[in-house]
Amino acid sequence: MTTPTTSLSEMPAADEVAEAPARPSRGSAWARGPIPILLAVVIVLAGWQIVVWSGWRPDYLLPGPVTVFAELGQIVAQPEFWQALGRTLVRAVAGFGLAVLTGTAIGLAAARSRTLRAAIGSLVTGLQTMPSVVWFPLAILLLGLGESAIMFVVVLGAAPSVANGVLSGVDQVPPAYFRLGRVLGAEGWRLYRYIVIPAALPSYVGGLNQGWAFAWRSLMAGELLVVIPGAVALGNRLAFAQEFGDAAGLLAYMLVILAVGMLADAGFSAVATRIRQRRGLAVR
Amino acid sequence: MTAAASTATGAVVSERGRLRLSGVSKVFGRGDAQVLALYGVDLDIAPGEFVAVVGGSGCGKSTMLSLAAGLEQPTTGTVTANGGVALMFQESTLLPWLTAAQNVELALRLRGVGKDERRQRARELLAKVRLGRHVDQRPHELSGGMRQRVALARVLAQESAIVLMDEPLGALDAMTRDQMHDLIESVWQEAGFTVVFVTHNVREAVRLADRSILMGSRPGRVIHAQPNTLPRPRRLDSNLLVEMAADLTRRLKEEVAVHDDADYFTI
Repeated sequence: MTTPTTSLSEMPAADEVAEAPARPSRGSAWARGPIPILLAVVIVLAGWQIVVWSGWRPDYLLPGPVTVFAELGQIVAQPEFWQALGRTLVRAVAGFGLAVLTGTAIGLAAARSRTLRAAIGSLVTGLQTMPSVVWFPLAILLLGLGESAIMFVVVLGAAPSVANGVLSGVDQVPPAYFRLGRVLGAEGWRLYRYIVIPAALPSYVGGLNQGWAFAWRSLMAGELLVVIPGAVALGNRLAFAQEFGDAAGLLAYMLVILAVGMLADAGFSAVATRIRQRRGLAVR
Repeated sequence: MTAAASTATGAVVSERGRLRLSGVSKVFGRGDAQVLALYGVDLDIAPGEFVAVVGGSGCGKSTMLSLAAGLEQPTTGTVTANGGVALMFQESTLLPWLTAAQNVELALRLRGVGKDERRQRARELLAKVRLGRHVDQRPHELSGGMRQRVALARVLAQESAIVLMDEPLGALDAMTRDQMHDLIESVWQEAGFTVVFVTHNVREAVRLADRSILMGSRPGRVIHAQPNTLPRPRRLDSNLLVEMAADLTRRLKEEVAVHDDADYFTI
């Protein structure tokens, strides 16, 4: 027989129970501040430094954070870096922009037609499961080693996510809004313009965010594979650093690529939060 | 005066604000899953009349409104609604991304009203429903009653001759309901539109309507009509009103005694 005294002593006292709800709020206030981000940076840098100190690989193959940040400081002082970053960002924005246009158009068309939706829906999901790098050999074969091959793969990588965002957004529009639209006299395009598209916006922004992530990955893969003479980009720099055995440079460029991705993600998150706040779906 | 004027060709032309259902039936579904939602409904509602429709769940009240609004087509019979139809729902379907003023403006915009005019008009309409100080607030910042007042302002913005209300106060507390009765009555008296007000609250029907129509279920049909000439404004607790409500409740209970939802009605 289990002793009842033990289980009683394990029970929390009444005041502890009453205090419990205060903990999550204190925790969430803390979790929203800059401290967790700083903590994450500290953990990564410490882990990195420990691996370096362990002597697992010689310093010239795996330099520590101090060396890499010093290298990064030198790299950002060179105009070549800014040219490479600029070229990559122009490609990213152009490719993503094109993906948004095609993805939105396909998504809207599929949302409006049941038949088209059945056909395109599974195609879109199928495309999403396929790593976009797989398209590169074909793209290079068809379009040659150039900008168009990169754009082709970036658009193909990002557009399905955007289309999916549109589709799930339209799916989630409450039926009452369609009835309201008809009662207010919003038919066809005007129903979409004033009611369906704004209602689908949160999901659409989610699709854009995911699409951007795929575009960025596809672009980096493309820049590692496709080198256009006289047009050096961020991914090329990474490839060169590897070929020249420049580990510090390589890691510095990786940090730049990470930073660009995180900044873009923060931008999308800010937009998504703003939309949710305006609709009363998130706390301020 | 006759309900409708006959033209030389013999076709019946109804005047603005008249809503007429003749021999209306509505079947949903196909084959074995067929449901007869409405059967042989004849209703003639005069311009400017306030009609309340009372009935239990599944009596086809909402179906009747959908037919009147043109959202559904009758299986048999005809529906004639002259002068445009506005519809107010139980849950205020305000668009959460728009402010109160913008929600009202949308109705004006979809009617082709110009920018400056609709801005001014939306503010006037919100002032009329006593929300003049809340024009720039979003739906989630407003109470349930305030949201329904915005919805009422949006209905007014449509300037339809016929306004259909589908249990618009169903989600509100008694106090707010009371205030909404006064408000709905006053805007109706001022604008003079026709109202079809669906409710399961018998006293609410008697409080507001010129005529209360009882509907029975399975199939949904009109079982009784109670004219109401009590002077306005009416008090919910006046003896005459309570008596009329009791009469309606008795008839409804008789009708639905065979069904399980007799407790559904509130007096």
